[in-house]
Amino acid sequence: MKKYIIDFKVLENKKLNDQNTILVLQSDEKLPEILAGQFVEVLVEDSPSTFLRRPFSVHNVDFHENTLSLFIKIAGIGSKKLTNIEVGENLNLIFPLGNGFSIPNEGSALLIGGGCGIGPLLFLAKCLMENNVEPHIILGGRSKEDIFEVHEYSKYGTVHITTDDGSLGEKGFVTKHTIIDDPDIKFDIIYTCGPEIMMKAVAKMAKSKGIECEVSLENTMACGIGACLCCVTETIDGNKCVCTEGPVFNINDLKWQI
Amino acid sequence: MADLKIKINQLEFKNPVLTASGTFGYGLEFDDFFDVNLLGGILVKATTNAKREGNPYPRMAETASGMLNAVGLQNKGVDYFVNEIYPLIKGYQTNVIANVSGSTIEDYIVVAEKMNELENIPAIELNISCPNVKQGGMAFGTSCASAQEVTKAIRKVYSKTLIVKLSPNVTNIAEIAKAVESEGADSVSLINTLLGMAINAETRKPILSTVTGGLSGPAIKPIALRMVWQVSKAVNIPIIGLGGIMNATDAIEFFLAGATAIQIGTANFIDPTVSLKVVNGINEYLDRHKFASINDIIGKLEVKN
Ligand SMILES: Cc1cc2nc3c(=O)[nH]c(=O)nc-3n(C[C@H](O)[C@H](O)[C@H](O)COP(=O)(O)O)c2cc1C
Ligand code: FES
Repeated sequence: MKKYIIDFKVLENKKLNDQNTILVLQSDEKLPEILAGQFVEVLVEDSPSTFLRRPFSVHNVDFHENTLSLFIKIAGIGSKKLTNIEVGENLNLIFPLGNGFSIPNEGSALLIGGGCGIGPLLFLAKCLMENNVEPHIILGGRSKEDIFEVHEYSKYGTVHITTDDGSLGEKGFVTKHTIIDDPDIKFDIIYTCGPEIMMKAVAKMAKSKGIECEVSLENTMACGIGACLCCVTETIDGNKCVCTEGPVFNINDLKWQI
Repeated sequence: MADLKIKINQLEFKNPVLTASGTFGYGLEFDDFFDVNLLGGILVKATTNAKREGNPYPRMAETASGMLNAVGLQNKGVDYFVNEIYPLIKGYQTNVIANVSGSTIEDYIVVAEKMNELENIPAIELNISCPNVKQGGMAFGTSCASAQEVTKAIRKVYSKTLIVKLSPNVTNIAEIAKAVESEGADSVSLINTLLGMAINAETRKPILSTVTGGLSGPAIKPIALRMVWQVSKAVNIPIIGLGGIMNATDAIEFFLAGATAIQIGTANFIDPTVSLKVVNGINEYLDRHKFASINDIIGKLEVKN
């Protein structure tokens, strides 16, 4: 897919709390095709300590309005600067980057997200729904303060919630939610994004049930376009770049001990 | 429109702006963004004799005005390069230069011999300065004797333009430059990355899997400039300067210090089109200062006695 470098205008900076924000960005130009699971590299200007671009997965896209949104959790100086950006300012993006999730043609899908890993799952649920796949989405967190945007996710699928302290939804870990073993639903594929420990638990659960599973990996990136080889992950075919051959991988291709 | 053409040995470059090895892939990764044929040349990523998986993750750490990398020469080996990559890049209308690396002199020789056969690779850059591999690499570039030995061996088997890429991790870079010049190097490029490290205080662990890595970006520019200046006083062969160049002004500083051409590395990650902007910016500078040619500013730093 052809990549572009485009200036976007900040249309909205939706602060969810002091750690998380959703930026809605608009382009003057018509947006090219973007796949669920792909990411962008954002330029954070005027700071020597945020020297490199920052990768963020695409949270949602509206091709009619030419808007693209990013779910940003503060992880360092760069993301912190972005969460404080004002409406009307410009952001320079390189996109669309990476491979994207595979989308089946029918059936049911289970999407499991934790932390800022829920970011890419909104656009994924939307694409699944448009492709006649029924999405069930599990959002996990430590407590109800970690669960965001339930109404948005509900537009594209059935939302289920788990929290460690039981303050919202079922108490416990995402892999223990009762929907997973609901005898009335047969999941054809499981997607997950979030902390590695969570993704590994999901991968293990998927494997034990013999269900296809795709994970979206994070990695330290410098270029985002396959030019520097800084972002590799170990696969059964050797080291692969997360930015071009990922960020989405089938768990069967990874060398995870699960 | 000033004349931007330069020559290194017999090889002509349409302009003095090249991209640095390991930061520009094979050029193909940048085709979406601009016509890379407008550059003076492309240094493609390192090629070794055998396939190399490179170092484990994490391989990168961002630092103040720069970054550390520990890629470790990941590549699929010279035969893969010849059979699979070369056909994709041989049509470029710019100088495509191979970066040749190895763990032993024999390795360097095999790769150089195979590169010599490729019609559209008019030059090689001998990488004796990679800080990220256990054997060879920088070890060849940190003593005059070993730098001389590897240059001599390659000069015997390689008949086209031979550039030797120098390591800044030495006490006296001018001595190393003289040593490789005496063995027939046509040009030296400098600098490769500076050995550095980064620590996560919270976890009390190093950030890179290899503990140490190579520092690049604007943080190293003053050192690179100083070294280009010192080497330009010591040798007669043309110098290719690099290290932290982010824009045309940075590039001009390198020409004034004595570089005939420059390379752009880390800056490509922040703006993939930066190299083309540097070409245009150099031209604009020359016009504004009424210089007819880039050759009019090379080594023209005005120093009081
Ligand atoms: C990710 C990365 C990979 C690199 N790989 C190579 C390489 O394969 N061969 C080489 O000679 N230099 C390599 N270098 C060094 C650069 O070519 C260049 O010498 C250095 O980065 C300094 O220039 P800069 O500050 O403009 O980046 C690499 C640098 C980076 C950042
Ligand atoms: S970040 Fe440069 S290759 Fe992936």
